[in-house]
Parts: sequence; structure tokens; C-alpha cells
Amino acid sequence: MRRPTLSPWALLYMLLACLLCEPMPAHAHKPSDSYLTLRLDGERIEARWDIALRDLDFAIGIDGNGDGRLTWDEIRARHAAIASYALARLKVASELGPCALVARSQLVDRHTDGAYTVLRLEGACRAPPTRLIVDYRLFAGTDAQHRGLLGIDHGTVVQTAILGGDQPRQVIELAHVSQARQFLAYVWHGTWHIWIGFDHILFLVSLLLPAVLVRQGGRWVRVPHLRTATSDVVKTVSAFTLAHSVTLALAALDVVALPSRWVESAIALSVVLAALNNVWPRVLARRWVAALAFGLVHGFGFAGVLADLGLPRNTLALSLLGFNVGVELGQLAIVAVVLPLTFALRGTKLYRRVLMPGGSLAIALLALVWLGERAFDVSLA
Amino acid sequence: MLAAGGLALGCAAAPYRPASGDTVVETVVRRTGTPEVRQLQARLAAAPGDLDAALLLARRYIALGRSETDPRYFGYAQAALAPWWQRVDAPPRVRLLRAILLQNGHQFDAALTDLRAVTASEPANGEAWLTQAIVQSVQGDHAGATASCARVTTLADQLAGFACLAAASVNTDRAAASERLLAATLDRAGGAPSELRVWALTLLAEMAARRGAAGIAEQRYRAALALAPRDSYLLGAYADFLLDTRRPAEVLALLRDQQRIDALLLRYALALRAQGSNRAALAAAVTELQARFDAAAQRGDRVHLREQARFTLHLRGDPAAALVLARQNWAVQKELADLRILLEAAQRAGDQSTLRAARGWMQRNGTQDVMLASLTRGGT
Repeated sequence: MRRPTLSPWALLYMLLACLLCEPMPAHAHKPSDSYLTLRLDGERIEARWDIALRDLDFAIGIDGNGDGRLTWDEIRARHAAIASYALARLKVASELGPCALVARSQLVDRHTDGAYTVLRLEGACRAPPTRLIVDYRLFAGTDAQHRGLLGIDHGTVVQTAILGGDQPRQVIELAHVSQARQFLAYVWHGTWHIWIGFDHILFLVSLLLPAVLVRQGGRWVRVPHLRTATSDVVKTVSAFTLAHSVTLALAALDVVALPSRWVESAIALSVVLAALNNVWPRVLARRWVAALAFGLVHGFGFAGVLADLGLPRNTLALSLLGFNVGVELGQLAIVAVVLPLTFALRGTKLYRRVLMPGGSLAIALLALVWLGERAFDVSLA
Repeated sequence: MLAAGGLALGCAAAPYRPASGDTVVETVVRRTGTPEVRQLQARLAAAPGDLDAALLLARRYIALGRSETDPRYFGYAQAALAPWWQRVDAPPRVRLLRAILLQNGHQFDAALTDLRAVTASEPANGEAWLTQAIVQSVQGDHAGATASCARVTTLADQLAGFACLAAASVNTDRAAASERLLAATLDRAGGAPSELRVWALTLLAEMAARRGAAGIAEQRYRAALALAPRDSYLLGAYADFLLDTRRPAEVLALLRDQQRIDALLLRYALALRAQGSNRAALAAAVTELQARFDAAAQRGDRVHLREQARFTLHLRGDPAAALVLARQNWAVQKELADLRILLEAAQRAGDQSTLRAARGWMQRNGTQDVMLASLTRGGT
């Protein structure tokens, strides 16, 4: 799924991720580690376990024909053996007893020292645990310096531990995450998303630019009072908020689901139309109607982000509310920057003749590029 | 979420399904499968308490770990010794190998405990005295190391003894005399084993470089490389020499195929930086090194502090962080390279008290080195 494009942070991260995983001519020589991430959601556990193929080959043999080259067929043929070998050496329990885990699919990933099998596990404890007892003995018989690097991800905190070696059994008290902290974490996610989502910002800016002007006799003139401009902004932002809150909730609760390509394209289209409306006014004084209508679409966009973040089911409503509050705070911050500037400049010809129409046109053009990219799934940048 | 999960896992893009069944996903070294090793593995699997088989297999793995510079073999060796590993009363032969493995993990104090016990119960064990001398040298205990070397000289052959003494006196005012003695002994030791000759030649090359005799150092490095072209310590030492004499292009040619080894990838990256022409390759090498240090930090390893300090100072340009690492490293090991990175980081970070302490240490020990001298004169 493609998230709102052209965010510089996202690009930077992707670039970084590509660099990190750019295979060097040769893999590192390092001691053996596996990477085990447990995601806790209530009593349920989803796990990802990355185990080096080299270590598995040494312990149980992967290289069927003994030529030193592990093909995908050879690895696939040993998937069942790998899963049972690994699961026999990992026991997870809560204070109420064992949490049974079963193996799911296996894929491949790369780490600094070579290719790893990525084993997915699923299971559940009897009740949401407050403590986990992890007994880890992978490769204990073949490589005494092997370690399991454990990450336990429950909601908004990740706890880590180093498993294996002299202490195969470790008790990990799960840090209690207060609801307030969880709420705040989602507030931050919402705010951050608005700030890195250029399309949401530009939509909002397109609606804000004309708020300090009124249309008289086919021309823009300045509004006399800040009160007039503010009441216009309040109406517009409230309509936008109301609309996207409704669709965000509907999508997050799985009541409605739309294909992300349609949603992303419609968001781009909304920016194009909102910006063009400033140059050739059609909706005119009733910008709040446009905000309401297009806000429905942006809400589906926010829901996509929330789906990527993952909503903890035990605090679903609270997290959803937090995310929404964050989005509103992010919006208000943008309003707080844009409105004083435009209000101060509103009397100038520069603003009315150049900045407002020119800026709007530039926004429309950029959004048009997004629209083309998203609708036809191509990259023009 | 994906981002956070990925970072938590070190380097992880999205897991993927290989394009087709015959895609080669990974290559593994078949060396562990030599008949001798396989036979020993089978013997040990049948009887894990078979001490002779365990010792033979552990020694094989330690040798492989050294020749390949691949720490996984040390884990295999430790696993072979598992029945005795935790035992205080382990047999001396196990304690010697345990000490070697502990030394590899930079647990020098624990290694010395084992070595002292072995040399006490088996005073004629030359290998134990030599290993003890090396650990003492690394810790900066020059007097202790010299005493241990004296035992080596009487027990093992003369070349090993004088190489041991040279290693022990590298940081002291006896370095020049040790160098002359070792050089003369090497000339007469025609039949010495290749490993020992490589060690002696490497020491002699380092000592020549330290007193500014670049031509002699070059000659000795080349002679050593002719005997052991893949010796990673030797390659690292020669690469440092080439970097000091501003010959980065030769470092790149020397280490092009050695990037699996962190210490050598570090030299490769330093050479790329010195050359300055291939920025993309430098960025890739720096990113790779950072990923490897991060991976080591995740498992709590402290074995690469020296390399990490050099990386942080010269490639990350962060003197303050480099100084922290260099000081942590200095607390554990006190070889010349450790002293040098400590001085470099302290100077760049402007930490006068560390500089004073390091200079005091050098004066007390009579350390002589042209590179360090230029550093300690200050100002450069």
C-alpha cells in the first residue's frame, strides 16, 4: 500500500532502509544470533523469529545436495523440520501457565551476516499476561555463544532481553503501560501523521488561503476583522474534522473498507479541486461544504495509517480517540501558523493577486501529479 | 510499526519469498564438514563426556575460528566443551582451551584465572605460559608478561620465547633491544613452523614501523604476507601501516575481498575516506559497519570497542562518543593501537586530563612510537 507520497521523512527512511539492507560484497563474520519479536495483543501472541540459515544448516542440515549452496527449494523442503526444531527449543509461558505457539509460514530476510529464515509463530496465553517466562535453548548444543535477541512489543512499549547462554530461562515482567501513556502515544502518532502528510497539509492550506478574503463583484477583497476570518476557519476546520472522524472510525472498526488506491487518488483529487476553487471559485462562501465532503475521503486515508500502526484491541476506542485528537492538534498547529500570516498579508496586492492564486495553482499542479501517480500507480518523481 | 519492528531487528527490510525454487539464498562453508571434523562430531554426539574427542574437536574449531576470523567457530568449540565449561575443577587441558576462548571474548581476567591454575599445576606447559604472557601483554602487565615469556623460552623453542618477549616489551623502553634479538633469532631459525615465523615477522614489522623505519617494516610485512596472505591480524596491521604512509589505494587492493571481517572493513573504509574519490562506496561501507556495530551491541558484545572507537572518531566524526568508547576499551586492553585511539580521541575531543593520564602511562612504561610521539607533542 502506498502512503501519502513525497513526504521527505518517509523518503529518507526508505533510503536509509535500502542502504542498510544493500548487500555488501560479503556477509559479516559475527557470532550467532537469532532475532525473536513477540507482539502481544491481549492474550494473543504473534511472533517473528529470524534464524540464520547458516546456523540451521550446521545444526540440522539444509543443504540437501551438499554443494554449499542453499537454494529456496532445499530450504522449503526443510521448513517443517526447521519449525519443529526451533519450536522444541522455545517455551513461552505466562504466570498462568504455558502459552502454546504454532508455526506459520516462513520467508527469507537478510541481516549483516547473511540470509535468515523468517518464521512466523502464533499462539495465545490463557489470559493477558503480566509476566512472560521465556525458556530459550536454540542451538544450545551446537553453539554455546549463540544468543536470542528478544523484543516484546505490547502496545506502545518494546522490552528487550538477551536470551540463551548460561541463563536459558528468563522471567520478563511486562512493563505496565498506563492508559494515559497509550493515549498520548496515539495523540503523537496522529499529530506526526498530519505533519508528514503533505497532501493533508496542502488541502488544509488551500482551504485557509481564501479565509482572509471575501468575494465582491468578481474580485477578492480583504475581510475587515480577524473575527470574520476566524469564524470562517472554525467552520471549515470543524466540518473537515467531523467528516474525517466519522470515516476514520468506520474504517478503523472495519465497518467500511475501501481500496487504498482509490482513497489515495481521491485525496489527491480533493487537493486539486480545493486549490482550483481559489482561482476559479465555484463553492465560494460555502468552503465548509467542500471540507465536509472531502473530509470523508481524508478520514479513510488516516485509517490506512492507523491500520499500519496497529490498534491494540483492549484499548481500541481510547487509541482511536487519541489518534483523532492528535490529528486535530496537528491541524490547529498548522492553522496557528498560516492564519496570522495570511491575515497580516491580506491587504496587499501581492497576496490577493500573486500569493493566493499563484500558490493555489502550484498546489493544484503538485496534487495533479500525485493524482496521476496514484491513479495509474506510476512514479513521476 | 513496520519501521520500529525493522529497526528492532537490526537490519530488516520486508521478508521476501525467493523468486524461484532454484534461487540460491545463502552459501555455506563446507569446511566444517571435513571427514576429521565429522568423525569427531559423531564421536562426541555418541558420548558427550568423551574428553579426548571434545578437546580435539574444540581445538579444530578454535583453529578454524582463527584462520577464518569467524567467531561462530568459537561458539562451536565452547559447545564441545559444554560438560566441563562451568566446572571450577575442570581438567587443565579444558581450562587452557577455556582460557583461549575467554581471551577471544576479551574476558581477560577470567582467562588469567584459568591460565594461572594451569601454569601452577602444569609448570612445564609451554602453551599455557605463552597464552598467559599474551593476555598479560594485552592487559599492559609488562613485568608479568616478561616473567611468563621467560618460562616459554626455557620450555618451547627459542623463537617462540623471543617473540613472546618482543610482544611483552612492545610498549616499553626495551622494544629496540627486543626487536634486534628477535630479528637475529628469526634469521637463524630456518626450520621454524610457518605460523611462528609469521607472528615474529609481524611483530618485527610493527616494531620497525614504530621507530619510523618504513622500508624495513615494508620488507617484513611483505615477507609475512608471502607466508600467510589471509592472516587477518597481519592484514590489519599492514593496512594500518599503509594508511599511516598515505597509500590508501594499496589498502583497497589488499582488502577488497576481506570485508567479512569488521576490523578489515574498517581499514577499507578508512582507505576510501583517505582517497576521497568514491563517496558511494564509502557511504555503503560506513552504513554496513554501523549495522554490524549495532548488531554486536544488541547481543551485548564489547569485543569491538577499539574498532568502534576508530570508526566513531574517523568515519562518524564524533570525538566525544569516540572518547567514551576509547576509554572503555583502554580499561580492558592496553596495546599500542588502544593507546593510539585513546590519544587521538582525547586530542580531538580536547580532553586534557585523559591526555595527561595517557602520556603519564607512556612515560612510566617508556613507550616509543613515531606516530604517538607526533600525537603527544600536542598541537597536531
